Amino acid sequence: MILDNLFQPLSYYDENSGNYGVLSWRADFPILETSVHGKPLVYLDNAATTQKPQMVIEAESLYYRHDNANVHRGVHALSQHATDAFEAARGKVRRLINAVSSDEIIFVRGTTEAINLVAQSYGRSRFKAGDEIILSRMEHHSNIVPWQILCEQTGANLRIIPINNSGELELEAYNQLLNSRTKLVAVAHVSNALGTINPVRAMIDLAHVHGVPVLLDGAQAVAHLPVDVQALDCDFYAFSGHKLYGPTGIGVLYGKAALLEAMPPYQGGGDMIRSVSFDGTTYNTLPYKFEAGTPNIAGVIGLGAAVDYLAGIGFDALIEHELALLSYATQSVSDIPGLRIIGNALEKTAILSFVLEGIHPHDIGTVLDHHGVAIRTGHHCTMPLMEHFGIAATARASFALYNTRAEVDKLVEAIYHVKELFGR
Amino acid sequence: MNDLRELYQETIFDHYHQPRNFGRLQGANRRAEGYNPLCGDKVTLYLRVEGGVIRDARFEGSGCAISTASASLMTENLKGKREEEALQLLDKFHGMVTGSTMTSDLGKLAVLAGVTEFPQRVKCATLAWHTMKAALQNIDEPVTTE
Repeated sequence: MILDNLFQPLSYYDENSGNYGVLSWRADFPILETSVHGKPLVYLDNAATTQKPQMVIEAESLYYRHDNANVHRGVHALSQHATDAFEAARGKVRRLINAVSSDEIIFVRGTTEAINLVAQSYGRSRFKAGDEIILSRMEHHSNIVPWQILCEQTGANLRIIPINNSGELELEAYNQLLNSRTKLVAVAHVSNALGTINPVRAMIDLAHVHGVPVLLDGAQAVAHLPVDVQALDCDFYAFSGHKLYGPTGIGVLYGKAALLEAMPPYQGGGDMIRSVSFDGTTYNTLPYKFEAGTPNIAGVIGLGAAVDYLAGIGFDALIEHELALLSYATQSVSDIPGLRIIGNALEKTAILSFVLEGIHPHDIGTVLDHHGVAIRTGHHCTMPLMEHFGIAATARASFALYNTRAEVDKLVEAIYHVKELFGR
Repeated sequence: MNDLRELYQETIFDHYHQPRNFGRLQGANRRAEGYNPLCGDKVTLYLRVEGGVIRDARFEGSGCAISTASASLMTENLKGKREEEALQLLDKFHGMVTGSTMTSDLGKLAVLAGVTEFPQRVKCATLAWHTMKAALQNIDEPVTTE
């Protein structure tokens, strides 16, 4: 985010890099041409889901037009095409997060299913009464409830890492929570409600000192920063395709091969078996052991296209753009009287959660929508976190690679309209 | 902006900024909690019902302009109504904000008619009303708008 002049438009042509920047990126997303309530769409709900580039839309469409067939079993040409495209996408995902092997990439419906898989397969087969699972106060409900269900089943207990008022994890408290009863640490790589980037590398090292494996909820991370599961040395990493410019209904669980090998299957069905008789069933090898039933083939291929799209842009350019946008937005809203930003971590992705004095976030959302500005309002599926800040909800603007400073200006303008309407 | 003014009428702001019948009701004999999981809004409704007639109604909680104004206007409206009249009013009010029925006799409550154009906000407008029904039925479990 090193820009000499904050007011320089980001949509410039950089002669050094030959990069047309955000304007050329925007052109890749057909939906950004949309108008809502007669105003151009300003889409700032990217932490909920990102829009899809033409490449992704076409990849799904081309698959259905030319290659549609079931994978891994047909001897006919289309089945081979579909299988090749499907497995090629697995390879792309492996490269995206730098897993050792494609066998460690399990396709699931999304982050939620990935976490449930680990809870029910890894956790349920080995946790017992008195064991402890460490989560943090800022977890999304999807990284709380699967563990609560597991605790009910096994008698294990949850321990919660507290946070400070900037929305950062208390590392010293975390360190003290780790003990011989700890069986797993499950934390967000990036907070969906605050944007906080957690110091996961250090947290993983601490957990490993106690021999405790770590699951990272990467739903909010993968589209905004480079993830290297080997460098992190995380044991499980879960993320969704749809927050990564890919389709909905497809996500990924990465697990270290040794852990996945030792885990029982999560669901039974086709593809996950080697042979079935009524005396017993032999399970397939990784990754198929965890992919029961016909998978979301088009979704996987679309996700592969999304990974290609991101690779074409590169994280350096993306991060520079998004952080400049966050900095500009933070500065812009800070001047608005009565506005308080929730989440001021030093390390943040481009998420701006805020409250306005005397105006409920839901009302902010409705008025902003009427100005074409789409944000998310509510508790963001992080009710324990909201409780920490003593609020029921926030308004959250979350940015992606195609957002511009002009859109930040529209957000600010729309917030002033809210205040005007409410006489505040 | 015009549609927004349809939703956010002056009366709504009035009842949002100065909600009527706000706070706990001493001597209440019916009570229910309402919860909107969509936005985390909560309302607790207190009623004093005597001989089938709602003698007094108050509410507590935190919510958006629409849910607060709706609760405030509702408590004003309920006083003196028979239980069955209150439930009929709920049906009419629900019909108005969902746009499923045309109603012309809702009096002051008609200021919430603008909600029809904002389907995502129907639950805000009806939270207090569902809670009223639960209170009359003496349901102890918190009701939700889901």
